[in-house]
This record gives sequence, structure tokens and C-alpha cells, in this order.
Amino acid sequence: MSALTPISRKPVSFYVPVVAAAGAFAGLLVGTAQGSGLLGIVIGAALLGAIAWLLTQVLDNEKLGRWGLIALFVIAGFLMGGIAAAVIGGLFGWFFGWFTYWLYEGRYRAHLVPYLTPGQVLWHYAFRVICGAIFMFLITPILVVMPLSFNAENFFTFTPEMLRFDPAGYSLKHYRDFFTNPDWQSAMRNSLLIAPVATLLSVSFGTLAAIGLSQSHVPARRAIMAILISPMIVPLIISAAGMYFFYSRIGLQGTYLGVVLAHAVLGIPFVIITVTATLVGFDRSLTRAAANMGANPVTTFFRVQMPLILPGVISGALFAFITSFDEVVVVLFVGSAGQKTLPWQMFIGLREQISPTILAVATILVVVSICLLTMVELLRRRSERLRGMSPG
Amino acid sequence: MTDAAAPPAPEGRPGAKLKAAPVLAADGRPLKRSLARALRMQKLRALALVAPLLLFVLITFIAPIADMLFRSVENQIVSNTLPQTTELLADWDSTTSEAPDEAVFEALFFDMFLAAEAKEHTKLGSRLNYERTGISSLFRSTGRDVGKIGKEFQTALKEQNELWNDAGFWFALMTGNPPAPRDTALVKAQRNRLNALVSGTYDGDIGFAPSEEIARILPRTAREYTAFASFEALVDGRDVAKRKPWESVHAALVLDVKAPEAPAMIAAYDGPGQPELLALAENAAALPQPDFKAAFIEADKDWGRTRTWQTIQMYSPPFTAGYFLNAVDLEKTPEGIQPRPENQRIYVMLFQRTLFMSLVITFSCILLGYPVAWILANLPMRTANLLMILVLLPFWTSLLVRTSAWKVMLQQQGVINDTLVWLGLVDDAQRLVMINNQFGTIVAMTHILLPFMILPMYSVMQTIPPAYLRAAKSLGATNWTAFWRVYFPQSVPGIGAGSILVFILSIGYYITPEIVGGTTGTFISNRIAYHISSSLNWGLAAALGSILLAVVLLLYYAYDKIVGIDNVKLGG
Repeated sequence: MSALTPISRKPVSFYVPVVAAAGAFAGLLVGTAQGSGLLGIVIGAALLGAIAWLLTQVLDNEKLGRWGLIALFVIAGFLMGGIAAAVIGGLFGWFFGWFTYWLYEGRYRAHLVPYLTPGQVLWHYAFRVICGAIFMFLITPILVVMPLSFNAENFFTFTPEMLRFDPAGYSLKHYRDFFTNPDWQSAMRNSLLIAPVATLLSVSFGTLAAIGLSQSHVPARRAIMAILISPMIVPLIISAAGMYFFYSRIGLQGTYLGVVLAHAVLGIPFVIITVTATLVGFDRSLTRAAANMGANPVTTFFRVQMPLILPGVISGALFAFITSFDEVVVVLFVGSAGQKTLPWQMFIGLREQISPTILAVATILVVVSICLLTMVELLRRRSERLRGMSPG
Repeated sequence: MTDAAAPPAPEGRPGAKLKAAPVLAADGRPLKRSLARALRMQKLRALALVAPLLLFVLITFIAPIADMLFRSVENQIVSNTLPQTTELLADWDSTTSEAPDEAVFEALFFDMFLAAEAKEHTKLGSRLNYERTGISSLFRSTGRDVGKIGKEFQTALKEQNELWNDAGFWFALMTGNPPAPRDTALVKAQRNRLNALVSGTYDGDIGFAPSEEIARILPRTAREYTAFASFEALVDGRDVAKRKPWESVHAALVLDVKAPEAPAMIAAYDGPGQPELLALAENAAALPQPDFKAAFIEADKDWGRTRTWQTIQMYSPPFTAGYFLNAVDLEKTPEGIQPRPENQRIYVMLFQRTLFMSLVITFSCILLGYPVAWILANLPMRTANLLMILVLLPFWTSLLVRTSAWKVMLQQQGVINDTLVWLGLVDDAQRLVMINNQFGTIVAMTHILLPFMILPMYSVMQTIPPAYLRAAKSLGATNWTAFWRVYFPQSVPGIGAGSILVFILSIGYYITPEIVGGTTGTFISNRIAYHISSSLNWGLAAALGSILLAVVLLLYYAYDKIVGIDNVKLGG
């Protein structure tokens, strides 16, 4: 992004106190960990204020100054608490080097419109910090699970060995357990047997219906749509209860077919939504042109319409797949021990015997969802390109 | 089209005549009809494409929901298990302090006997136990006692003649001589009684039908013997002719023989077993006088209490509002609908808690989602797409992964507590309790549902031109005024859509409250699950579910009105 505002160096009276305040905050964290918060605040403020002044007024070589600061902090951290502290120290050093020069050179104004008042500039960055914190909230739980899954102990938290980056603190034993334990393996197999079949059912029915619904004259379109979307809206516990009662009546409770049907119907709204969204941009004259050239409806569908709406169909399929693959409430009621799926096994693991193998499974599932997310994103862009819209 | 655009032709000119004639399509039919036909075809084709899915959803999803609604009011078990008792009990005045008379107890004996043979009486016991505690054990013990009550008559008959304990003799007596007309209606009635009792669909021959004559002379005996025969043949698959009848049949015979009109009818009888029957009629006075009322009350005092009978009478009708009343902490009493005792009221509190926590979760989602949606909508496309991944990754990650992650984060030996202790903010001995309470549920569910708030907000905010804010500021508005008066009102539809979605999703949540909610952070859905899988009170589970469903459907309707179902967007 190009600079919007010309920048100039700021006076010492502005940036040294700000850096000192940030230093005081950092000092508070380090200080309480070491025993005295108040001392930490004073030392942090004094130290960082002095460093900021030295870096800008005495040294005046940005590159050297920043690298020197990082080195200094790494060494200080290492002396205080080993490798883990050295890494944290390095991060602190990098941050304060960058922060000092960012303020000193006035870089923070560069990308903002010139007419903002200082208050507005402050709010602009404060707002970003708030948003950053919310993003942290969103992503931290998922990130925390990953390193913990390599824990050598049967704990759900970081052991001192892990924090020291001691290789002895890490192991693959939870992954080994997942791949050798018959419970987990049969759960995995069940999940892989149920989800694809359910997906196939919802996609084939759903695509057909979405095409029907996107025609210009559909009687009672709203009512039909409401019924087809309802599995997504009705709380899962109610669907599960209803299916449990009804499927036991007709002898489907506790069977593979019962679970597949239940999962298929839960995936249908997603297929309907994604495919109808794709069909909105579909040019109807293409099918008419195909018919004009002598293609019958089936050929038209497979050769003209299908390739164009395929991205939508596939992302609907991925949604349906993940719905079935993740689903636990309905399978808990409709299934029996023979249909125990991966989420079910995780649910048991979380509720009864707490085993860290869950974290290994969770990590594997996160990797799977990253793959699926990437696929959906690529498909969405491809679909928009096909429809002549700019890729988002 | 061109016709309408052309100037109207003056009267009397040839053009007017042409216009009056219908416009024809290529195949010679009137164009109007041809178009209507094409439109109909189009509609039919669209419907044909939708039909398979619609049928599929109706069968696999809507039917189960309807079944659940039905179960929440269905109450046929009482009249199916005790058909004669409930029929006679209908005339009993529940406001008296007297237990019903002997006739009701007699019916109860025969009903209970068959139910106990089919082992159905305990089910009815547990059903009525939901309404009045103690009935379950009463039914269980009475199921054992009816055999003892009947034994007395069996022994007495055996003392008269050993033949009364002989399977072949009984079969011959009840069947009559071969050409004798058979009472097939009775067989059918008893088969239906059995089917209702065991919820079976038995159909077919039981290898027995009483003769019409014996059914007239010994009506109770014929009825009970046929019931016995149906059970033996249909449920156990045995040959009736080789089975000794149950004690209930003996009791029925004693009742029949002691009936005032019996001696005359038996005297006129000349079928098989005539001498034995005649001897029995003459010695009727020597047989024990049946007093079922005394026998039942002796077996368990509760049978003499009006409360027991009031409960049975109250739940005799095939449909009941009892489950719904129970779901809102009320109960039916002879004095009308009353609140339940203080210590049994939990559902209203649970509903309130569910609503309150869902509101808190929705509100926290708005609070956290609004800034994020704003920044995503106002950043350059490339950066926004990168940050969008941070929103979509949790959205795509398994619910159980996220719930287990929060368990890891929040527990007392978990990551957050460890960090706080390490930083010295919390003493090691006083680690924060953040899980197995409402706080844990709210934090975890806010995290899980946040993407559902951000995505609709984002799609609305994307359409608000940033120039509006700048224009407001250039006209002299302060930052706050510009936001509050210009930007915020335009973003309200996004907040509305996201809130309804999050609220709908959160009030039905089960997994997360179950794992991180402990006892104080659970929702009504956890109670529904408990009633389905642990307490087996399916009717109450269905009633609670129906109430929850009604709330959700109301919100769904609102969502449809405000946002439109077609406009639900997934993954940006």
C-alpha cells in the first residue's frame, strides 16, 4: 500500500514515554512472574525508555540497532530462564526495536489519510489491537491443541519439558495410540463408511432439487425451500430425538442405513444452499442453445450445466461431508455401538476416560479441515471466474 | 406484444375482426392455451426434479419430528394395558374417598394377569410413576401377587376334580363338539387386546376358537381362556391343546359358576365336560368366594388408596397433556392443574437458563463479531481474505475439536490457568474455576458460534459504501455520531441475521454444554437427552423437545421474514 501521508521524525518527548509505557507493561508481566510486579514496572519503563533514547539519539543506525536489541534480549532471556525465555526475549527485542522506530520515524501515519486527528490515529490502532485480540480468541484454541498432541505425558497441558523445548518432552505416542487402538480404528472406519455414502445421497438428491427449485415457475417454492432447509435449523437434539423414536418404530434404529439416512438429510440444506447460489449466476440461454443444437435434456445436463455448476456442487458436497463427518448428536441416538464414529469416540473420550489421544485426533481433524477449507476456497474462486465475476 | 403497442383499430375496419380471432401457435392451437400448457409442463418438470428430495426429507426428517410431536401427547399405554379396568373406572367418582368397587378390582385382576404374563405391567408402572412416585414398585409387586391370588381358585378346583388341571380336558370343554358354532368374534377381540398390550402386529390362527355355547354359559372363562390361548399360540408359539390354563382362567370359572344364572344354563348344557361342570355347579357353595378387592388391598395397601386410582383414572384417556404440564412444572390433580412441589420444579428454571445463556452468548457474539466484521469489510480485499481464513478455519473445524480445545484451555490444570500462575496473576492454590460452570459454556459456545455471527455481518457491511462515513464527517459529524447515525443503522440487518442464527443454534446446543457445562451450565437439550437415554421418560423428552421446537420455529419464521431463507450464505 502506498503512503498517503508524508512522514517526519517525532520529538523525543513523544516516543520515549510511549515506549517506556509499553516497557512498563512488559515489565509488569516479567516482574509478576519473577515475584515483584511493581519492581518490574519501574525497571521495564526505565530500561525501555533508555533503550529507545539510545537507539534513536545515540546510535542512529536502524538496522544495527534493531538486530543488536534482539540479540540483547535473547541473551537476557536465556540467562533468566533457558531456551523458552530466550525465544520470548527475542520476540520482545524484535517488537521493541520495530516499535521504537515505527514511532520515531512517524511511520504509523504513513498509510492513514492526512486529515486524521491524533485521537483518531490512536483509535485506529487501538481498534486494530482489539480486532487482533478477537482473532487471537478465534484461533488460539485450535493452535494450542496441536503442540499439546505431541505431549510425552498423559497431560492436557504443557509440561516443563515441553516449555524447555526438551525433545524428551515430545513424542508421537498419542498418534501411535490412535493408529493402533482398535476402538479408534473402528471409529475411523465407521466415519469413513458413513460420511461418503451420506454425502453421495444428499448431493444427488440435493443437486436435482436445486435445479428444480431454480426454475422460474415452481409452485409453493417458499414452502418447499423451508422444508428442505429445516434440518439445518431444527436443533440437532430434536432431530436426534425424533429420529430415535421414529427409526426405532420402523426398525432403522441402530443400523448402518439409519445413520446414513439421518446424516444425508442433515447434509441436504448445505447442498441446496450452495448449489442454488451457484445456479443464480447460471446463464439459462446456454441450455436453450444446447437444446437448439439437438442435445437432449440428459446430455445438456451432463455436458453443459453440470460442468458449470460443478464447483458449487463440490463445495456443497464438502459441506455435506463435513456435516456427517463431524456429527455426533444424531449418531449418538440413531446409531448403536456398531456405528460408533470418530466424533462419538471423541465425545466418550472427553466425557469419561480423558485420554490425550483426543488431542492427536483433533490435530488430524484440524489438518483435514484446513484441506477442505482450501478446496472450498479454490472452488469458490473458480466458480466466480467461470461466472465471469472477479475472483474475490 | 406488438398488438398492444399498435394503435387501436377503429370500429368496423377489417383489423378489428382480425384482433378478435385468437392468435394461433405453430401447431394450430390457440397461443394462449399453448402457453398455458408449456407453463404447466415447466411447473411439472420443476416439481418432478424436487419431488425425490422432498419425499426423502419428508420421510427421514419430517416424519420423525411429527412422531416426536405425537409422542408428547400420546398416552395409550394405560388403556392398552388395563383395557377393562379403565373402561369401568371411567364411571368411578374420583372425589370420593372410597376405592372403586369389586367390579373394577375384578377387571384389574384379569388385566394385570395377562399384563404380568406378557411382562408389560412394569412398563405401565414406570409410565405412571412419572406422575406419581411409588406406582412403579406397586405394579411390580402386584404383578407377582396376581398369580398367588389366582392360585387359590386353581387349588380349590383341583380339589373338586383333578380334571380341572388337565390341559386336554380344558381344551375339549372350551372347543365344544366339532360341528358346534364358533365364537370367532371373541378370538378376534382377544387377539386385538393382546396386540394392543404388547404393541405387536400378530395376525393369524391361534389354533383355537371357543364354541358359542360355552362362551354364553361361561363368558368370563371363555374370554380369559381365549386370551390365554392367543398368548400361548402367538407370543410363545405353543400348541394350546397341550397347555394347562393360567390361574386367571380358573378364577374366571369360579366367577362364572357362582353367577346366579349359571346353574340353569349349565343344567341345559350337554357338550364335552358336562358332568364335571354340573358337579361343579352343584358344589358352587364349596368354592372360595372371590373378593379381589380385599385380595389386592391385602397385597398392597396402596390399592385401597384413592390417590392410586385417581392417577390411573386421570391417565386413562389415550391422549394427555400431562407431559406438557410436566415440562412446565405443573401437574394434573383431581383439584385441577396445580404447580408441582417446590423441590420438583426444574424445567421452567432450565428453560429460563437456556434462554438467558443463549442471549448472553448472542450478545457476546455481537460484541466480538462486530469489530471483526467491520475490519474485514474495510480492509483491502487481499488482506481481508487472509484474515477471513482465521474466521473460516474455526468454522470448518470439528465441533468436538473446538470443545476439547476449550476443555484443555479452561480446566484447572489447563493452559490459561498455567499461564496465569506462571505470570503470578493467580496463586497456584487458587486456580480459577472456569470449566463445568456457566462461564465455561458461555466462553466455549461464543467461540464456536462466532463465525455464524461474523459471516452475515460481513456480507451486509461489505455493501455499505465507506464514502457515507466520510461524507458524514465532512458535514461536521463527530466520529461517534457518524458511526452511530450513519454506519450502524445500515449494519443492523447483518446484526439481526447473525443474532437470530446464533440464537437459534445456541438454544438447541447439546455437545458443548454436556462437556464443559457441568451441572450449572447445562441446557434444556441436555435434559432431553437425559430423558431419552437414561430415565426413558420419552413422553416428557418429546414434550420438552416440542416446546423447544416451537421456539425455534418461531425464530426461523422471523429469520425468513427478515433475511429470507434463500439468502443464507455459507463461508462468505
